[in-house]
This record gives sequence, C-alpha cells and structure tokens, in this order.
Amino acid sequence: MTPENRTAYWKANLRLLAILLVIWFIVSYGFGILLAPTLNSISLGGYPLGFWFAQQGSIYVFLVLIFVYAHRMNKLDKEFEVDEQ
Amino acid sequence: MDNLSIWTYSVVGLTFTLYIGIAIWARAATTAEFYVAGKGIHPVANGMATGADWMSAASFISMAGLIAFNGYGASVFLMGWTGGYVLLALLLAPYLRKFGKFTVPEFIGDRYYSQAARIVAVICLILASITYVIGQMKGIGVAFSRFLETSYDTGLYIGMGIVFFYAVLGGMKGITYTQIAQYCVLILAYTVPAIFISMNLTGNPLPQLGLGSEYIQNGVASGMSLLDKLDQVIIDLGFKEYTTQTMGNTLNMFAYTLSLMIGTAGLPHVIIRFFTVPRVADARYSAGWALVFIAILYTTAPAVGAMARLNLMDTIQIGPIGTETGNLKYEDRPDWFKKWETTGLLEFEDKNGDGRIQYYNDKNEGFAAQAASYGWKGNEMVKVDRDIMVLANPEIANLPDWVIALVVAGGLAAALSTAAGLLLAISSAVSHDLLKGVFKPNISEKAELNASRVSMAGAIVVAGLLGLHPPGFAAGTVAIAFGLAASSIFPALMLGIFDKRMNNTGAIWGMASGITVTLLYVFQHKGFLFIPGTEFMMGMDPNWFFGISPNAFGAVGAVINFAVALTVSRLTAEPPESIQALVEDVRVPRGSGAAPHLSAALDH
Repeated sequence: MTPENRTAYWKANLRLLAILLVIWFIVSYGFGILLAPTLNSISLGGYPLGFWFAQQGSIYVFLVLIFVYAHRMNKLDKEFEVDEQ
Repeated sequence: MDNLSIWTYSVVGLTFTLYIGIAIWARAATTAEFYVAGKGIHPVANGMATGADWMSAASFISMAGLIAFNGYGASVFLMGWTGGYVLLALLLAPYLRKFGKFTVPEFIGDRYYSQAARIVAVICLILASITYVIGQMKGIGVAFSRFLETSYDTGLYIGMGIVFFYAVLGGMKGITYTQIAQYCVLILAYTVPAIFISMNLTGNPLPQLGLGSEYIQNGVASGMSLLDKLDQVIIDLGFKEYTTQTMGNTLNMFAYTLSLMIGTAGLPHVIIRFFTVPRVADARYSAGWALVFIAILYTTAPAVGAMARLNLMDTIQIGPIGTETGNLKYEDRPDWFKKWETTGLLEFEDKNGDGRIQYYNDKNEGFAAQAASYGWKGNEMVKVDRDIMVLANPEIANLPDWVIALVVAGGLAAALSTAAGLLLAISSAVSHDLLKGVFKPNISEKAELNASRVSMAGAIVVAGLLGLHPPGFAAGTVAIAFGLAASSIFPALMLGIFDKRMNNTGAIWGMASGITVTLLYVFQHKGFLFIPGTEFMMGMDPNWFFGISPNAFGAVGAVINFAVALTVSRLTAEPPESIQALVEDVRVPRGSGAAPHLSAALDH
C-alpha cells in the first residue's frame, strides 16, 4: 500500500466518522437534551417527542449508526484493498 | 414456606444449574469444535455474551427504579449506556482488535512504550472497577435481602460470600455459552413482567409502544395516554411532572450523559470482548450486535419505570386525594410491602396517626397548604429505596408467582455475572499487569494465581464493606465508576489511535490529571474513599462546578485529560519511529493476527 493510498483511506474513514458522530450528537444531546423542551410540544405515538428521543429514539438511531459504519467501512476496506483476506 | 418462596428457590436453583451445566459441557467440547485456536467467537454470539457481561445490577435492578422516580431526568442513563457503544464501535473496537493484545494496560504500555503508563492505567482501571463492584454489591444486597427475607446488611454479607465463590470458580466466566444462557434468563426476566404489565395498563403487549398508548383503568379506556395519566397522578400529589423533570440543570444532564458514554468505551471488561472476535471487520459488527441485545432491555426500561410508578401510586392512593378513604390503611398493606419492610429498604411512619398511608411530596411548598388542609403531616413513605422497584414491580402489579421468581433469578444473573467479570479484571490487573509485568517478572505461575485470588478476595471485602453505606443507588454508584473510566482510560486509548504525535509523557499526565480531578470532586461530595462522614465540602455548595453533580463529573475529567495530554505531548519529544509505524499499522485492518481465546485473555 502506498503512503498516498494510506492517507486517502484514513481520510475517508475520518469523513465517515465525522458524519456519523454528528448524527450521534444531534439525536442524543440535541433532540434528547438541548431541544427536548421545544420538541415536547409535538406528540409521537402518545409520547412527547423530546422525551421519546431521550428514552427511545436515540437508542434506535445508535443501532443504525453502528451497522451503517460497519457496512461502509468493510466496503471501504475492499476498495482500498486493505481488508483481511 | 409459601408458594412464592418455593418458586423463587426453584427458579434460582434451576438457572444456576443451567449455567454450571453449560460450563461443564462447553469445557468438555473445547478441543472438538468451539475453540479451534484462533477461530474466535461469532459476532452475534459475542454480542449476546457482551450484553450479559455489560448489563449489571445497575441496568437490571436499579435503572428502571431511577427512571420511575426521576422520569425524563433518568434519560441520561438510557442514552449514556447505549450511546457509548457508538464510540466504542467507531473509535476503539476495530483498532484494538487489530493491535491484538489481551488487556487494556498492555495496549497502553506498548503504545506509550512505557511501564509507567502501564502502571497508571492499571491504577485507573482498579479504581474504576472497584467503584463499579460497590454498585453491584448494593444490587446484590437488595436482591438477597428480599429473596431470603432478611435485612439489607445480612443480604449483603451473604451476597459477598456467593460472589467470592462464583468469581473464584472463575474459568466458568470465560465461557461464552454460559453468558449467552445468562443473557437469555436476564432478558426474559426483564421483558416478561413488562409485557404483562403493559397488557394490563394499556392492552398493548409491546412495552415500547405501551408507554405511549392509551391508559386503561379497570378495563375502561380512560381517554388519555399513560404518560399523561402518570403526569397528572403525581402532579396532584405535589411531585414534579414525570415527562419534564430533570436531574440538575441542562449542563448536568449533558455532562452526565457524556460521562456515561465515554466511560462505556473505557471500561476494560467490555473492551476485552472485542479482542476475541475473528477479524477486524467482525469487531465493528460485534459492537452493533451487543447494542441490539442491550437495546431490548434499555428500550423496555422506560416503560417498566413509568408503569411501576403509576402502579405504586395507585396502590397507596386508592381513592380521590383528600378524602378520608382515599389513602390505603396501613393494616391493609399488601404482602410485598411487608416483605420489603423486613429488608429496611421500605419504611413507613404514621406521622398524623390516622392509620393510613399518605405518600406525597412534602418538599413542595406550593402543595403544603393543601396537604395541611387534608390533615396530612408529612410524607409517610419515609424511605422508598429506588433499587427495590424492579424487583417489587411484578408483585405490585399482582403478577403470578413464577414471574416474580424469574425476576429475582434475572437480577442475580445480572449482578453476579458482571461482578465476577470485574473481579477477574481487577485480579488480572494486579497479578498479571502489576506483579508479573512490572515488579516480579520471574514470579511462578502458582504465586501469580495466589496473588490473583488474594486481590479478588480483597476487592470483594473492600467493595462489600463500602456497599453497606454505598455512595448512591446502584446505578448512581456505577455512574461514578464510568466517570473514572471516562476521565482516564478512554482519552488515552483514543489518542493512542487517532493522534500519532501523542507520546508517553502526554498520556501519563493526561490520565493522572483527569482521574485525580474527578476523584477529588467525587470524594469531596461522597467522602474520602467513599467513607461516610469524610466529605470535605469546605463551605462550597453541592455541585459547585456549574451545577455538575459528582456522578456526572467524569465528562469534565475527560476534557481535562484530553487538554493536558495534547498540551504536554506537543511540548515534549515525539514518539519513536517504531511507535508511529505501529499506529499506522493499527489503522488498517489487513494483516490482523488470529484472535486470542477469551479465557486465555482472562487468564492472562
């Protein structure tokens, strides 16, 4: 693997991390805490929305984030030919 | 013995036989199929076992009780203890798997080419783990005191004995199939009563949906959602609104959640599981599968908490507030009430001498006049330990005896499996990392084993005695442990992977300063070494640091750790070429070695 390739792979990894961690932050700290009082005026299935994000929604999103990460990274590994054979 | 006792002894006995039976069976089959050297453990199986390892007395016994009484405020536990898996999966797991060592101090020692770094990591790990075990001891004490119908203290002593026996049996812990069985018992025990209660209160069998569904009172639809009903019931008695009450200010909620999340990604007994999956690619999925199995409990917990609170209020406040017959007569109190009184964790005091139970918020000044007009002279439920709620919940809801017995078995499975795992982490840190690794490299295997037993017994005694007067409810105590891990281990691991320039001096100073500041703040509030009576507030207000509570302070400790490590490392020599090459190598999956056997990792 060339050093340029290595850098490109690492950059792509960091870009993916940044996107996923921004979502991670928004659903928990954003919707679940900072914006919860505002969101609570909206109702979702009998739940106030901010409360729902804090006690249900954020957990579902965390799950999706990890599987998306694993899927994308494993693809990235193949693209850059750094996967485990 | 009554029916319930027979059920409880049978179910607890049966589940323990199952765990031991599986352990023996899996041992016999070791060479044949499961542990072909280097084959490792499938990510789904590994995820389930991680779930059992992870979900302790704090998750099982304590958390829903805290949700019941703190409502929305307890969301910090729900988000904190699940969101940490995102950090673990994205920032640590695949890289640590590629690195291919056995323990966290080993990684830190190698990456920072320094025995001193390894020792500092061991000390941080021991501090966090012992605090964690104190929380488990609280949960074990609660479970045993109810199960054996004794006082909390006696329950705790018996629990200490059983934990010691269980942890020294030791090897059993390393067998993934035992943990899968424990997970199944634990999750059944948690979800079955929740489904029953959700059906009773809303007609919806899924607790996750039931919590938002319409409340059905005595078979009649009430026209309002369960959450609205709960809000109304408790506000009418002067309590804070369930769906909006917070724990401290917004900054405290923020810091609390952050502290638990990064603590999750810094705890050794969880990280170790990702060393043993077959490939780096599997380490990524493994964290996801672990979270799937954890989320089943964590998305059920909010319903368990809210419904337990509503049932509890309905049990005591049986009629309109303020009418004479509105409150339950003390002599009519149900069986579960009497049994929890035996443990000392539930206390009633007839303040106005009317022979009835008044349960309301007497701290609410706005409600005081109204309460006085009813002839109430203060809240008479003088002690309701939050940690009894999950265990009492099926009894409060009048569920069948076998369900109640199952919950006790589940609570014990959760507490024992995690306590044993942590004790193994402590003993291997002392005997392997400290003794063999640093002080006495020539130590014989037998002496190493003895040292590990002695340190395990020592940890149980220390944690047990401190558990007599724990620094909080089980989940709160465990939160402190997470804060300690967050302020020390996580930054050192993350910087070790993402910052090639990070050197030994920076990492050591970062860990030392992060954990010291956190410990000082915690001890200031909770007593030096958690010994009651040794608090040193020195005239400062509680939570004086911007309203952040000691349980949430790990987030501040972590920020200090990052800042100190980055500054110091830039002022000192950069790490040697070989270490920089090592970091480059850890960042790509190709070339990962075979996975070590988990029990080898634990024995190691």
